[in-house]
Amino acid sequence: MQFMLLFSRQGKLRLQKWYVPLSDKEKKKITRELVQTVLARKPKMCSFLEWRDLKIVYKRYASLYFCCAIEDQDNELITLEIIHRYVELLDKYFGSVCELDIIFNFEKAYFILDEFLLGGEVQETSKKNVLKAIEQADLLQEFQNQERASWAEVASRHHEHSAPTCSVSGAESCCITTALGEVPTEEGRGTLSITDSV
Amino acid sequence: MPAVSKGDGMRGLAVFISDIRNCKSKEAEIKRINKELANIRSKFKGDKALDGYSKKKYVCKLLFIFLLGHDIDFGHMEAVNLLSSNKYTEKQIGYLFISVLVNSNSELIRLINNAIKNDLASRNPTFMCLALHCIANVGSREMGEAFAADIPRILVAGDSMDSVKQSAALCLLRLYKASPDLVPMGEWTARVVHLLNDQHMGVVTAAVSLITCLCKKNPDDFKTCISLAVSRLSRIVSSASTDLQDYTYYFVPAPWLSVKLLRLLQCYPPPEDAAVKGRLVECLETVLNKAQEPPKSKKVQHSNAKNAILFETISLIIHYDSEPNLLVRACNQLGQFLQHRETNLRYLALESMCMLASSEFSHEAVKTHIDTVINALKTERDVSVRQRAADLLYAMCDRSNAKQIVSEMLRYLETADYAIREEIVLKVAILAEKYAVDYSWYVDTILNLIRIAGDYVSEEVWYRVLQIVTNRDDVQGYAAKTVFEALQAPACHENMVKVGGYILGEFGNLIAGDPRSSPPVQFSLLHSKFHLCSVATRALLLSTYIKFINLFPETKATIQGVLRAGSQLRNADVELQQRAVEYLTLSSVASTDVLATVLEEMPPFPERESSILAKLKRKKGPGAGSALDDGRRDPSSNDINGGVEPTPSTVSTPSPSADLLGLRAAPPPAAPPAPASAGNLLVDVFSDGPPAQPSLGPTPEQAFLSELEPPAPESPMALLADPAPAADPGPEDIGPPIPEADDLLNKFVCKNNGVLFENQLLQIGVKSEFRQNLGRMYLFYGNKTSVQFQNFSPTVVHPGDLQTQLAVQTKRVAAQVDGGAQVQQVLNIECLRDFLTPPLLSVRFRYGGAPQSLTLKLPVTINKFFQPTEMAAQDFFQRWKQLSLPLQEAQKIFKANHPMDAEVTKAKLLGFGSALLDNVDPNPENFVGAGIIQTKALQVGCLLRLEPNAQAQMYRLTLRTSKEPVSRHLCELLAQQF
Repeated sequence: MQFMLLFSRQGKLRLQKWYVPLSDKEKKKITRELVQTVLARKPKMCSFLEWRDLKIVYKRYASLYFCCAIEDQDNELITLEIIHRYVELLDKYFGSVCELDIIFNFEKAYFILDEFLLGGEVQETSKKNVLKAIEQADLLQEFQNQERASWAEVASRHHEHSAPTCSVSGAESCCITTALGEVPTEEGRGTLSITDSV
Repeated sequence: MPAVSKGDGMRGLAVFISDIRNCKSKEAEIKRINKELANIRSKFKGDKALDGYSKKKYVCKLLFIFLLGHDIDFGHMEAVNLLSSNKYTEKQIGYLFISVLVNSNSELIRLINNAIKNDLASRNPTFMCLALHCIANVGSREMGEAFAADIPRILVAGDSMDSVKQSAALCLLRLYKASPDLVPMGEWTARVVHLLNDQHMGVVTAAVSLITCLCKKNPDDFKTCISLAVSRLSRIVSSASTDLQDYTYYFVPAPWLSVKLLRLLQCYPPPEDAAVKGRLVECLETVLNKAQEPPKSKKVQHSNAKNAILFETISLIIHYDSEPNLLVRACNQLGQFLQHRETNLRYLALESMCMLASSEFSHEAVKTHIDTVINALKTERDVSVRQRAADLLYAMCDRSNAKQIVSEMLRYLETADYAIREEIVLKVAILAEKYAVDYSWYVDTILNLIRIAGDYVSEEVWYRVLQIVTNRDDVQGYAAKTVFEALQAPACHENMVKVGGYILGEFGNLIAGDPRSSPPVQFSLLHSKFHLCSVATRALLLSTYIKFINLFPETKATIQGVLRAGSQLRNADVELQQRAVEYLTLSSVASTDVLATVLEEMPPFPERESSILAKLKRKKGPGAGSALDDGRRDPSSNDINGGVEPTPSTVSTPSPSADLLGLRAAPPPAAPPAPASAGNLLVDVFSDGPPAQPSLGPTPEQAFLSELEPPAPESPMALLADPAPAADPGPEDIGPPIPEADDLLNKFVCKNNGVLFENQLLQIGVKSEFRQNLGRMYLFYGNKTSVQFQNFSPTVVHPGDLQTQLAVQTKRVAAQVDGGAQVQQVLNIECLRDFLTPPLLSVRFRYGGAPQSLTLKLPVTINKFFQPTEMAAQDFFQRWKQLSLPLQEAQKIFKANHPMDAEVTKAKLLGFGSALLDNVDPNPENFVGAGIIQTKALQVGCLLRLEPNAQAQMYRLTLRTSKEPVSRHLCELLAQQF
């Protein structure tokens, strides 16, 4: 895989991961072009398209598009399931993941991706193993946070004021996995909620 | 809803993100960001030392700002500091920042590498993984230099944790892809192969990707992976759907690993060991059988995962191309998918079937689906699916169904999306030519193309129809009649006017007997279009008119009237004006005999590869031309579909620069010396040239012919090459290469040392050596005079794209070269990827006060990076067969320019860089060679065959490589050597 992009229906880039060296300028150009191309496609169209000398595999989950660029000899269908497995991982970690989770916790989204894909190749397909790695990290973090909290009381931090507020637009807070049912799927089989899988 | 912030409390970050999201306008957002940037900057600069948490938070904010699309030019140092934190989350954020925002700031890279080194040595698997992820994400050369030697050790160490092994494998893969030269092969390779047997499925999954990449470049070192991969695959395929626990995905056991293993096997020919092969065939059959079973789940994930394996299996079957039974089964399976309700499957089925169509075993089976595919072309709602259908029709086309397919594609063209029209036009043109049974059908088809989609008919297409009509006298009368009728349409495309103008000018006499198309009618029909046409077309029509004067003397007065009109003689366009003046003079000065000689019918065009094919190839990736499998073409069809029989003794390719009466170009060799002006030349032509001599230098025929040629010699080659250096001199303002630059270059194709250039002032000698993708060249500049050269500066320039293909490092030389002295310049050359044009060497100096400049082509051609490969006959033929896509092959038949001596030929081929293989070709007179072109980005396998024919004093040279432009380019280079 050469890169993966997550962007919203409004064309806002939510996550970008590049597995080939490109200049920032080139990255921006590619992103602009691809977002336009993919957003212009109609729901029933196929999930693959040829673009420059790459193949693009994309899928929409609620308000979010997941889009991968793969090379000529790579397998399109398995890439589609890479996307799905990543969504499952996010869902399991955040619990009914929505676009807002990815916006506010973008760093987690990156960490999960790094455990799952590395250098553009699948590293670990087991959901359990990937999440185990992330949770271990969270445990370490929790421990450190406690440490910090006690320290913070002493240091009394003023610069962190009121609790975060955010205007919530319907789409972004909509769980991207259960909302799948709203997206017309090719075969119209209704909800593709992944929580009840297997 | 406040965001879930699992396990973390960077509240400041969350507040900032909400603020940004609450911004009503872009301006407000930028304002908020600038405020934040100022804040962070002051914190970083402040005297109060920041604690790790704050650093982490600010670095994270910077990252967020960067990901919003803003530039970040500070904070790198703080991120690097975080790397050495002993708190996991701080380290983690530091690494994330580096991974996303790294630039090749060498100072920083050293610090980063230091931190990575510590983490790799920490024995803490979590830290080690973070460090490995960072290397894999950045993948820069500096990191490769620092760690490429350590990672293999970590990968195969007995005490490495599984997760560390996984990361190490993929980390190594990324480094190897970026800089293969940095990864040392060694005894670890054998142990990597054995990771295929690892108990941990995740380790296997990661290792397969690495092995697949490594074995592509070192197939022999990794051969043992075949049997291991087969047994692993077989265990997965035959396992029950729940055996593999968490590695089962929607009831499909280990789909990702299966696909990767199947991909790995595609790096090799079918297993030689019968037992392994049997086991593999069993696996493939099991996959095909499973496809027929009812699904275990209705979820699309289940069917996708299952079909991903199925398609990869079919790819492997096609790759082997040796099991007719499996090929036909694959074809039937894909046939079912062609009507599947899922668009994705229909798309992929059409795509895979394209590959099956080029196998002799399954070609017929693919053809049975023609109606479904035609239907897809008509009814699919997604243009990308329709395009696949068009590709498949093209691939399955042969003589039996050509008429049907061509007519369907023509019909489709009327409603086709603009985006794919040109491609369809090219395909129709190619199929019509290749499978024409009679040429009237061919002419009809092309004229239909122009009628339906004139705007999309490129020059290549209409050049080609003219070449074919010119070369085949049985179709000339028909072509004239048809084009005459087509021109009568009230609105016809300019391309039709061009074709019509040319054909009537050449063959209008064949229909002149019919009063409905008498000469005056033909002329007034053409001239009625004249004023609506572009300059180029009008120029062409003027040439038609002068031909009419020759063909039909009765039109002379009318046409002279037209030429004499002020709108022609004083046309603002120089080209039109010149033609009008010259043609008018020609028609009044020359006798009918002279006129008849000058305007004689065009000689047949020399045989060459269709430039349309090259054009299609440029539009599409490799494999696009799979239908044109020359191997399948029956020999009897050669003369009808291959164009013309070669007639090299009578036909010379006109120099493309031979312009109308030689005005714009340098005088060609055959021309009388130094024509001063058009008038002079005209007189020269008539006085010096004996009228009977058929080839008079730049006669109008040739000039006219050159209009029809793509604008460079050896058209297909030039179309692919980048713009001629003369047109694109590169960054520095240097002159075009001297005229003999190409000849000088050719002398060095098969040798590395010698005198590159010499005149009265200067001699340039070359010594060079090449190894793998690297080379070193010594240039010796000798001052032949007794006067000092001043401001002596030789520079190397990369025209066009060359910069990305070839890196040449030069050292400066002294600016003064004393009389009789010699200076030496060293060039370090690295071939990054395949390239077609050599770099230019520009030498400037002052000699006795006068500036001298000289541009040469540096003798670096792609074959310098050849590594000879020895192989047995069987291997050779196997590979030869694998490279059977039509565009992977380049062939040239040419006349010997030197005495045909086997020993000399041998030496030249060896000098060219390939290994010479004995006992491969059944004919001992022939030469067969093999080699690999080493570039940094890729390796290109090359096979070649040279067949001398001593009787005819001709050679046939065939090149097959895995990269199409390379085949053609090598063929061009080598053909000039004999």
